[in-house]
Amino acid sequence: MLDPKNPARRWHDMGGDTAGPIPDLETPDENHDFSLWEKRVDALMIIGAAKGYFTVDGLRRVLEDMGEDAFEKMTYYERWIASINQNLIEGGAYTTSDLAEKMAAISARGETYGDASSQS
Amino acid sequence: MTHFVRVKPMMPPGHVRTPIYLRGKVGEIERSLGEFPNPEDLAYGQPATAKPLHRVRFTMAEIWGADAENPNDTLDAEIYEHWLEPADAT
Repeated sequence: MLDPKNPARRWHDMGGDTAGPIPDLETPDENHDFSLWEKRVDALMIIGAAKGYFTVDGLRRVLEDMGEDAFEKMTYYERWIASINQNLIEGGAYTTSDLAEKMAAISARGETYGDASSQS
Repeated sequence: MTHFVRVKPMMPPGHVRTPIYLRGKVGEIERSLGEFPNPEDLAYGQPATAKPLHRVRFTMAEIWGADAENPNDTLDAEIYEHWLEPADAT
């Protein structure tokens, strides 16, 4: 959100903002776990950093550049995979063209694991 | 680095680790932490120069002015030296 007192302030730099009322959170589900794809995104961050393609600073930079709209509309790991992907392309792990071909190949398998396994 | 420092009030548009609410504020160096690769370089995949990092202690009165509920409470923040300039003790 634009800070009228300081237009150069970036949206993510929220320290000192008025927090407002604390929302009533639902009781956390003690069995809550991350889904498989979210764990894979987390692993991809660790592997990408270990192989030297980018650092956590690069992850943060792209998350910040994605803007407040992404922060409101995307989940945590949806934002992470978007940032990790951009960092991996910038770092030379693969090209946008490589990614497009791979996404098309995987989409062609079908919507579910069942669809995919029914094909040879 | 002098004991009392002011956080530079710079407003670059890129990735930095210095929060806005501390820019322009005066604190004292609580300890120096050594040199670390500059995250402002790392964020863009550039070779990173090692920069001295300091833990700086601010009073709530300095940060929030008259809004501070407990003016003598303190807040520590770790800030790279290139964001700090000498300040006169007041």
